[in-house]
Parts: sequence; C-alpha cells; structure tokens
Amino acid sequence: MASAKPAATAHRSDSGVMERRAERERTRRNWLLSAPALALLVIGASGPLIIVLVYSFMTPGDFSGVEWTPTFDAWVQIFFTRDIFDDTLGLADAHLSIFWRSVRLSLLTTAITIVFGLPTAWFIATRPGRARTFWLFLITIPFWTNLLVRTFAILEMIRNEGLLNTWLIKLGVIASPLQIMYTDTAVLIGMAYVYLPLMVLPLYAAIERFDFRLVEAGYDLYANRLQVLRRVILPIVKPGIVAGSILVFVPSLGAYVTPRVLGGGKNMMIGNFIELQFGQGRNWPLGASLSIFLLLIVMVALLYYVRASTRGSSHD
Amino acid sequence: MTRTSPRPFSVRRLPGFTAIAITCFVLLYAPIVTIVIYSFNAGDSVALWRGFSTKWYTVAAGNQIVQEATLRSLVIALWASGISTVLATMAALGTTRARNYRGRTLIYMLINQPLMVPEIVTAVALLIFFSSIKIATGYSGLGYLILAHSAFCIPFAYLPIRARMEGMDLALESAAADLYATPWQTFRRITLPLMAPGIAAGAMLAFVVSLDDVIITEFVKSAGQDTLPTYMLGQLRRAVTPEVNAISTALLALTVLLLTVFFILSGRNTARS
Repeated sequence: MASAKPAATAHRSDSGVMERRAERERTRRNWLLSAPALALLVIGASGPLIIVLVYSFMTPGDFSGVEWTPTFDAWVQIFFTRDIFDDTLGLADAHLSIFWRSVRLSLLTTAITIVFGLPTAWFIATRPGRARTFWLFLITIPFWTNLLVRTFAILEMIRNEGLLNTWLIKLGVIASPLQIMYTDTAVLIGMAYVYLPLMVLPLYAAIERFDFRLVEAGYDLYANRLQVLRRVILPIVKPGIVAGSILVFVPSLGAYVTPRVLGGGKNMMIGNFIELQFGQGRNWPLGASLSIFLLLIVMVALLYYVRASTRGSSHD
Repeated sequence: MTRTSPRPFSVRRLPGFTAIAITCFVLLYAPIVTIVIYSFNAGDSVALWRGFSTKWYTVAAGNQIVQEATLRSLVIALWASGISTVLATMAALGTTRARNYRGRTLIYMLINQPLMVPEIVTAVALLIFFSSIKIATGYSGLGYLILAHSAFCIPFAYLPIRARMEGMDLALESAAADLYATPWQTFRRITLPLMAPGIAAGAMLAFVVSLDDVIITEFVKSAGQDTLPTYMLGQLRRAVTPEVNAISTALLALTVLLLTVFFILSGRNTARS
C-alpha cells in the first residue's frame, strides 16, 4: 500500500485541487445561505448579550440606564451589601434567599415532573400505534398552549375563591379557604404544571425507541424484576431523564411569569429580581450582572448535560 | 426457581404507572377545561356557575384595547413567522445535505441560541439595546417587536425544516440534474415541493411561538404596544374578570387548530419519506 502511494498522489493532485476548490465554493455558498438568519440572530438575540456584559461593569445612572464609570460594584452586589454606616461588606441575605428559592423550587419542580412524567411517558410509549399518536397529541396541546393561559388556569384553581377551595368548603373538608396563592407552594404547583410536558416528551422519545423484547430476553436469562429494572430499563430511560431534567430545570430557574402571577411580589425568583432592577430598583448594572450570573448557571447545567449525554453514548 | 410463569409481570403495564399516567392527564386538563367551561358562565365568578352565556366573549370582543392587542399580536406573529421561516429555510439549505464544513457547528449553535439562553436574559439584553436605539433614532414602532420575535422564532422554524430535509431523497435532485434541469429548475420543481411540508410546519410553530410570547414582548414594547399576552398579564395583576377566561379560551382554540394542522402536516411528512 505505502509503496504505491507516491505515484497515485502525483496523478491525483490536479483533480485534488479542483475538488478542493469546489469544496470551498460549496462551503462559501452554505455560509451565504445561512448568513441572513445568523445576522438576524446576532442583532436580535446574541449580540445584545455582550451589551449586558458591558453594562454589568458600569455605575447605575440616577434615573435609569448607566453612567460610563467602570466598576465591579454590580458583581459584588450580587452576594454582598455595603453597610450604609460603616461601609463594610456583609452577605446580602435578601439576595441569597432569592437565589436559594430559585434553585430549590427548580430542583423540586424537576423532581415532581420526573415522578409524574416517567409513568406518563411510559404509558404513552406502550400504547399501540394510533392510540399512541392520540395520547402524544394530548401531551402536546398543553405544551404549545400559551404559558400565561396555563398559569392563569392554575391561578383559577388555587386562589382563595377558586375552584379547589370552593369545592373543599362545599364538601366540608375545610372551614375556611386554604391560602395557597402567594406562597412558594403556589409557584411550585404552577411550574410543575407548566413544565411537565417538557419532561414527558424527551422521556417518551427515549422509551419509544426501546425494544421490549429485551426485557423478555432478560427474563429468559433468569433476571428478576429488580435486575431487569436496573440493568435493562434504567439505562434506556436515563438519557430521557437527563434531557428532561435539563429542559425543565433551565426554564424553571429563569422563570418569570409563573412566580410573578402565582407568587406575587414577595416570593420572587431570579427572573423577577432581575426585572425589579430595571423597574423600581433602578439599578441596571445589578440587573445586568444578575442576568449574566443566571446565564452562567444555565451554561454550566447545559455543559453538564452535553458531557453526560456524550458519556452515555460512548458506553453503548 | 423464581420463574413461575414465562412472564412474571408485563413491563408494558408496570404496576401503578397507568394510574399515575391517567391522573397526570386529568390534572393537566382539569384547569384548562375549567377555564373553557367558565368562560361561558353568565355570572362574573369563576367558582359559581350561573348559567350558560356567551356574554364574556361579547365583552372581550367589544373591548377596544383587546381588539387592538389582538390585531397587534397577529400582525407581529405574521411578520415574525414569515421572516423567520424564509431565513430558516435558507439556513436549512445551507446546513443540511452538506458534508461537515468549517463553522457548521458554530452556525448550529447560533441558530439554537435562543433555545438555550433564559428568556428573561434575552429580554433584558433587548431592553438595553433597543432603548438606546429608540433614543438615538426616535423610532418607537412595531419594528423592534417584529425584529425580536423574528430572531427567537428562527430555531422553531428551522428544526422542522431541517428534520424534513434530512429525510429527503437526494436521488430525485440528481435525477433532475441528469435530465438537464438547471439548478434553479431543480430547486423550484423538486427541492422546494419536497421541503414544503417542513416549511409549512416550521411557519406554524413560529407563528404559535410568536403569538404566545410574554417576557420579551413585555420588555421590548413601547407604551401602548400591548399584545394579547401582555394585556392579559396586566389584567392578572388587577382583579381577574371572566373576560380573561374568554380570551384564554379563544387563544387555546387557535393553538389547538394550528397544532392539529401541524400534526397532519408532519404525519404526511413521515408517511411520504
């Protein structure tokens, strides 16, 4: 092989140049075709993120906006407050409690959606042909229904004069309405409800590909229930759980509408806290640094996902 | 001897799974169905049924602010889905069916970027960016909203088109070329018709996504530029009236309609390829 090579390359070099030129031409055409979409995305989505980064290192303006004096204050303010009297730094408890609530509620939302989503996805994936399409359609409708409409639907259920309380009182279970609205529980119920389809769909995709004969093969090889669950079913479901968890956790962490409507002003999450800085808070740099901070957490979660999923596929 | 029967239990029906699944569907639909039912309530409470009436639809339809917000939502969604679908189609032509070339991963990342960045962060970024442009140019029309919506709709339009193209038979195009069709003729007569269901599905998704957007719109809109969702958000802050029920039901009906069309289109997608 090696000895035949020099002669062959000499012969091929001409067509090689031509081929490379055609290849470069194709690449150029492909880039040109994608260029308008990329330009719009840079103007309307990616580019402005750089401005946010710049703003996070500025001094807040008197009314709104920023003054062009560079400072790290906005980044320090994420975790610390400066004492008005002796100018010492202390932990910003209010901020920390908002971060903690965001992370805690997002993790709980993810857990709840797994508990409900896994059996549901399993149920859908094991239906025969046409029935499966029907159930899948039923999951897709809430997924595409306006987020605000769904949050509003939950609001109508759980508010003091809502359906849940009215029925519980009518049935004599409780004497006075349960105060669910404007609590963390309300936000949790709302987020689990709103993001459930995001868990079911990737789980379904993972289970649907599963060849159920493998389980039968497992039994034929004298595996017991637990072994089949651990060795056959779990490896199949796991990528779906990881994907679903990312799809639920990321928007939960950045949630804005659900905590605003169901949690009210007190039970803020990071998203609402960011908005506050651009409204009443009038601290655009802090809003900017918080946004970048949130973005960084999300990127870490996504990187973890990419690593977990590539590791998963190299196993196969 | 644990094996007493050929199949000790059926994995297709794991114990309890069906019960949880059914509960799940009931919990998913109960609130939505409640809203739909009570939008026809004659009384002005959500909890007390006072007889059937379409009163709240008349109220909502007669409300000038709702009319304007609806029209604005539709105009933005039409522009955004139109622009994003055309650009996404071009991008799909440039990214699929080609051998991996330098920068393709970068293009994928940029296209999918709106799906990865939390919406609140994009909203804040656009608020800062557009507010300085508004001051510099004095223009404060719908252009900003259309631009923002077109941008975040691109991945939603792109994904179905790309999925469609990946299942396409390349032989048809080379056959056309063999029969002396010009590249443009091949594109017009072969490629585009084959892509059509994917393009239609992408446009539909982009339309729904634009119509549903709350956060970015809330941050980018100028005074008096409420869309239907931001109007509803403002209403929820005050006392909730059944009028919101009626608007929600109308939005829901539109979503179900578009989704049904989408499912039929994508069903044909898979059937043909």
